Amino acid sequence: MQRMHVRLHLPALLGALVTAIAAGPAMAKDGPVRVGEINSYTGPLAAFTVPYRNGWQLAVEEVNAGGGVLGRPLEVISRDDGGKPADAVKFAEELVRREKVDLLAGTFLSNIGLAVADFANRNKTLFVASEPLSDAVVWSKGNPYTFRLRPSTYMQAAMLAEEAAKLPAKRWATVAPNYEYGQSAVAAFKEVLKAARPDVEFVEEQWPALFKIDAGATVQALENAKPEAVFNVTFSIDLAKFVREGQLRGLFKDREVASLLTGEPEYLDALKDETPEGWIVTGYPWYAITDPAHRTFVEAYQARFKDYPRAGSIVGYNTILTIAAMLKKAGSTDTGAMVAAMEGLEVDTPFGPITYRTIDNQSTMGAYVGRTAKADGKGVMIDFRYANGADYLPDDETVKKLRPQE
Amino acid sequence: MSFIVAQAITGLASAASLFLIAVGLSIVFGVSRVVNFAHGSLYMLGAYIAFSLVQVMGGSFSGYLAALLIAALAVGLIGAIIETGLLRRIYHAPELFQLLATFGVVLVVQDLTRAVWGPDDLFAPRMPGLDGALDVLGHAIPAYDFFLIVVAFGVLGGLWLLFRKTRFGVLIRAATEDRQMVAALGIDQRWLFTAAFVLGAALAGLGGALQIPRQAASLSMDLNIIVDAFVVVVVGGMGSIAGAFVAAVIISELHAFGLVIFPEITLVLIFLVMAVTLVLKPSGLFGRPEFATAEDARSPDLPLRPAGSAARSAWLTLLAAAIAAPLLLGEFASIVLTEVAVLALFAVSLHFLLWGGGLITFGHAAYFGLGAYGAGLAVYHLSAGMAPALLLAPLAGAAGALVFGWFCVRLTGIYMAMLTLAFAQIAWSAAFQWIGFTGGDNGILGVWPSAWASDPLVFYYVTLTVCATVIWGLHRAMFSPFGYTLRASRDSALRTASIGVDVIRHRWLAFTLAGAAAGVAGGFFAFAKGSVFPDVLYVSTSVDGLVMVLLGGMQSLAGPILGALAFTGIETELTRMTDLWQLVLGLLILALVVLLPRGLAGLSALAARRRA
Repeated sequence: MQRMHVRLHLPALLGALVTAIAAGPAMAKDGPVRVGEINSYTGPLAAFTVPYRNGWQLAVEEVNAGGGVLGRPLEVISRDDGGKPADAVKFAEELVRREKVDLLAGTFLSNIGLAVADFANRNKTLFVASEPLSDAVVWSKGNPYTFRLRPSTYMQAAMLAEEAAKLPAKRWATVAPNYEYGQSAVAAFKEVLKAARPDVEFVEEQWPALFKIDAGATVQALENAKPEAVFNVTFSIDLAKFVREGQLRGLFKDREVASLLTGEPEYLDALKDETPEGWIVTGYPWYAITDPAHRTFVEAYQARFKDYPRAGSIVGYNTILTIAAMLKKAGSTDTGAMVAAMEGLEVDTPFGPITYRTIDNQSTMGAYVGRTAKADGKGVMIDFRYANGADYLPDDETVKKLRPQE
Repeated sequence: MSFIVAQAITGLASAASLFLIAVGLSIVFGVSRVVNFAHGSLYMLGAYIAFSLVQVMGGSFSGYLAALLIAALAVGLIGAIIETGLLRRIYHAPELFQLLATFGVVLVVQDLTRAVWGPDDLFAPRMPGLDGALDVLGHAIPAYDFFLIVVAFGVLGGLWLLFRKTRFGVLIRAATEDRQMVAALGIDQRWLFTAAFVLGAALAGLGGALQIPRQAASLSMDLNIIVDAFVVVVVGGMGSIAGAFVAAVIISELHAFGLVIFPEITLVLIFLVMAVTLVLKPSGLFGRPEFATAEDARSPDLPLRPAGSAARSAWLTLLAAAIAAPLLLGEFASIVLTEVAVLALFAVSLHFLLWGGGLITFGHAAYFGLGAYGAGLAVYHLSAGMAPALLLAPLAGAAGALVFGWFCVRLTGIYMAMLTLAFAQIAWSAAFQWIGFTGGDNGILGVWPSAWASDPLVFYYVTLTVCATVIWGLHRAMFSPFGYTLRASRDSALRTASIGVDVIRHRWLAFTLAGAAAGVAGGFFAFAKGSVFPDVLYVSTSVDGLVMVLLGGMQSLAGPILGALAFTGIETELTRMTDLWQLVLGLLILALVVLLPRGLAGLSALAARRRA
């Protein structure tokens, strides 16, 4: 009996899969404008992508409540790439070919962003890269169909280097995860800081493996070099270990620390009452930004999700605002018109107006730069200011050299 | 000098953590021969459970300590459920099949943990009483590091007493050495296996719980630790507790000092240590050689005969279906089917080694990835077209297999598997960190098919033609004199050698052949995706391959093809439907493992038996 049970069900399952693969969406001519969205919603990255998803969902609801775009509702068809670039490309194919989406958006990891960008370029599909940080997305591997929203590795490192240049410290040490992001961040930080302060020297570099930091030994090695200041690029679980070991071993005592992304709630909140005080960080102090447009966003977000926004939330929200503004400007979902509309597009966001630069398709969305502090057992950013992304990009000549000219 | 002492103590604390997780794995493998991929999941559960308990009772030193111990016991209990509910049912199944089951557990635990505790990293408070640092020659060392070292020595001593001075320990050691003899003496093996697994699980839970004062509990803990834990076990020698300890100390100290001199080495160091150890001492530092050379205890399968007319028509039907499917199912189907064809070839080449040669590899991704990088780099550096780039793919795969294989085929069983993994991880580290040549994590882009093959349907037919031809060639090889010799050496290496066959050379050739075939698959994978990233070389790709082979069934030539089809199809459709797709996939695998221990291909065998 049991045997028969098995025999009947497996072919049925495979049959169902085949039917599912074959079926496509029922397309209506005046149906919604369809946005294909890809991100890493499962696995360890969910902590970053779920707030991002909330952000774009909120924006989609607001856009549709306001009458949609081009007189049509906006629909987002979302896929989970599980953190694998190959699967992201597969779903990009699926979204374009089977779901017939009008454009693509999303991605968090840089390699996935680059894989989808290359796909978009080949298929002549518009791609709004929301979150990937790598400079390559718009520079060395840039293409005309890909536009990036979030401030890049270079921009955020330059924001910190500007603050670092104001410090008296001359002997710097760096610690960064040993992969493209960490290496680019350190290179950009060094370049900008050296330009402003030729007297600065870098006395120690640590390159722990991503998510496998041997924190005690790394901290000890940094401490042993007796630097005056430390530039940190580690994040997530590496950061938590680094902070705890660093504080126990006195690494941060009487030393300045500049730390990339650490002010984002995604990373800062995990540290709770162990948040190191006085670090110079880039981040997102959602609790203290008084700008009315931003207050409205935070209130709507909290009402909708009973949770506070993370940096990813504002990125997700701005992604949809970008798409809505672009469609309004383009007047149609023709890819040529949409790409033309993206170039130089101005969008009003909770961070203020941003522009998608014609020269490299990078948005001028910025980040907040400030110092860390503790309040009620939690980490917060204080003394912060908004660093406009437009001010932290190289001059046009340099950008032209960095980006392949079409 | 003071720095050296401080760094040595720091390294010892890392060694303590590593030992606690590895020793449980060693005990479980020693007794049951189960390659327990879920050991890392148990470690992760230990951390999460401890985190929750600490919130309630962690206010004092004793409360915190109790929380850690309760977490370890709770994980032991979960281990008991896994062993009695799952593993016990499949000990009789083919070798490695338990690996598939434990992989199912990994998926289930990953999603359940996320559902219960949420996706955010959870940072527990420090341990009261041990939250400060001690001054050692002017360097501050966390007090908790000393506590960890003490606990590790305590566990080492406790296990020594358990294994030397108690009847239970003697039985476990006896089972590690000779299972059949223990059974012949009238010992109920089932409870022995359960007890060993519970002990191993509780140690994993303890290892995880002890981490929370040092690091945040996170969803990446399971896969982050499992490979390292296996490395420690293998370097120390499978089943050797003292070996695990010594290996953990060596690896951690090398790491602690290595990163001072050469900070970039951290990623590859552990695998370099393993590769060097296994090349010099094939059964690990303290492993007994019998482990490494014992012949497969299960009775060999009946010799596979060349396909009869019924089987031949079944193959032709499969091929016809593969040709017709995209025409009936639409454009996206040809993209999915391209992936299926590529992965089927990858799985068949792995199956060729696993089943044909009895050569267990956990690093087959290396040759798949080398093929992909061979093609990708040819496009990137040499601006090669699709055809020459694809010709380079099997050469890259074969070259890698030729070099790595020379070392690997001298080993057997789990030691060989781990050495293949070491080489694959070293290749992955090179691709990940050698940014100037490989593009690093940002990969190689723009690896798209030539204009004539750019239509997905055309590219599918090209892929299908080549992959089917190579699969056919591998099957032919299995029935050639070479294949018969290879299978003979699998069934009895000793007898095969005694009739004058150079067993090592045959295995080496098989390894190279499979590497070339995997390289072909990798090349097509690169062009199907338009890009190559280091994760094609990563252990997860190797595990995916194993899952496909085992899912499809080891004892059939069609098994890996069915496995690739089912795995890709299920994954593609499930991820569209639910965020909990890993949970569903894991449960599906567990159901299959229990109901169909011969894999999907076992279905037809069942059907045949019903007809008979």
